[in-house]
Amino acid sequence: MSKIIDKKDVLHIADLARLQFSEKEAERFTDELNNILDYIHKLDELDTSDVEPTSHALDLSNVFREDEQKEQLNNEQALKNAPDKEQGHFKVPRVIEN
Amino acid sequence: MNLLNADLKTLKSYLEDGRISSKELVQFYLDRINKYDDKLKSFVSINEDALSEAEKIDEKRRSGEKLPSMAGIPIALKDNMVTKGLRTTCSSHILENFDPVYDGTVAGQLKEEGFIILGKLNMDEFAMGSSCESSYFGKTKNPWDIERVPGGSSGGAAAAVSARLIPASLGSDTGGSIRQPASFCGIAGFKPTYGRVSRFGLVAFASSLDQIGPMTWNVQDSVELMKIIGKHDQNDSTSASKGSFEPYEKKLDSLNGIKIGVPEEYFKEGLSPEVEKAVKEAVKHLETLGAEIVNIRMPHTDYAVAVYYILATAEASSNLARYDGVRYGYRAEAENLADMYVKTRSEGFGDEVKRRIMLGTYVLSAGYYDAYYLKAQRVRTLIKNDFLDAFEKVDAIVAPTSPTTAFKIGEKVEDPLSMYLSDIFTLSLNLFGGCGISIPCGFDSNNLPVGLQILGNYFDEAKILEIADCYQKNTDWHTKIPPEFE
Repeated sequence: MSKIIDKKDVLHIADLARLQFSEKEAERFTDELNNILDYIHKLDELDTSDVEPTSHALDLSNVFREDEQKEQLNNEQALKNAPDKEQGHFKVPRVIEN
Repeated sequence: MNLLNADLKTLKSYLEDGRISSKELVQFYLDRINKYDDKLKSFVSINEDALSEAEKIDEKRRSGEKLPSMAGIPIALKDNMVTKGLRTTCSSHILENFDPVYDGTVAGQLKEEGFIILGKLNMDEFAMGSSCESSYFGKTKNPWDIERVPGGSSGGAAAAVSARLIPASLGSDTGGSIRQPASFCGIAGFKPTYGRVSRFGLVAFASSLDQIGPMTWNVQDSVELMKIIGKHDQNDSTSASKGSFEPYEKKLDSLNGIKIGVPEEYFKEGLSPEVEKAVKEAVKHLETLGAEIVNIRMPHTDYAVAVYYILATAEASSNLARYDGVRYGYRAEAENLADMYVKTRSEGFGDEVKRRIMLGTYVLSAGYYDAYYLKAQRVRTLIKNDFLDAFEKVDAIVAPTSPTTAFKIGEKVEDPLSMYLSDIFTLSLNLFGGCGISIPCGFDSNNLPVGLQILGNYFDEAKILEIADCYQKNTDWHTKIPPEFE
């Protein structure tokens, strides 16, 4: 089986996806993803140069609704599941270093 | 009074003529859950208010108040549909304590018709899987053989209905997640046309493919549920503006005049001989009921798995970016924001979810978009055209739901690709966007149910359900209950 991605690629993708893996996990994911990508390349058998892409099952476009005020979540509801909050806001760890 | 094989209309009549109260009915199912679900693990959460909700309905009934159509009947939802005040976890650590502040559209519609939501059903984490083995809350078992998987991702819904721990349920189907577990557990599982049922309040996996649908022990109950949930919804901008689902006014007593296509590509190597035999017998049965059987070709079937695992993972990687530990869900402790994101996601998601986020991120990453994502969208068109061509000639397509009956727990978990390939017969329908049902059509030599798939064109729900119902009126596979749960 040809190697499509290596461990370095996997660590790069993990970084893009905000995930981190141990060395061992990264090796396992490299093998598994190679296996799946190798299978996926069977699509290369098909010439699709004249085929339009389908992004959606239904031909819907420009779905509008009336612009009217409706009941919304209030501040308390919106914060109900927040892991951390303060003074009606979501609270997160420091973003800017001292 | 046989409650186990009472359908929704029958339960409604029992409640109306006073043979049973709603409280007794809810208690009956709670007792069954208490008795059996330690072993089965089909529920993630139970609604602690169910009995008091039932009492209220009983009081109203006693005082002669007019009640909605399904007042006092218990139902359960796959745990990816948000329910106000009832924990919704997606069977994931990252949403373990998520307490929704609103009802999704389907939950609201069911409550409006008087249903009591008895609990939330186990699933593969974020609906990613075909075996219910990736749930953070433990693996659901197949009621027909406790050593085997119930299928997935709506495995809890299929197992619970099959074991009659709940009269009916809703699942969701992105690549077969309603139909394949329905097949493995011997119940009816119906995937409506994309956009027929609102996705508002359904935790997103792959937004161009996800669709909610009924999972019930007989087809008639799926019809009843479709009447309630098959409606346009302004809160879902991908909701079809076709009007509401309407069943046939007159039931079919034969299949005269109905053309059924049998695609050669679904009967190839890899299909278990016992599944093939049961499905072919069912096809013959449909013919004796009056249907005209036509051999058809769907030449791009073989590419569905590859297309699906590009598109679904790409959409998932984008949809699951929202789980960052800021607004809801699990948060890992960290010194700074960037570390918090990474730790939260790495600790909060399970392996299969990470694998799909990784694959989806890769196929969308700079330089690879055309080779994977765009290519897959083009092949999606070819698969869609296979269906449109077929429906020029036939009313419905029949095929096996899965190449095998339920496999053993652990059998495929080490090899993700073999797990993906087990969805080969169900994925195409989601890529096309039409509707389809799986119903039981026999058993293999291990006494495991075999599923028959009946697939239909866009918005042909009524026709497909009617064909399936006609088959069930002439067979009794669907009335069988797993022996340990009778």
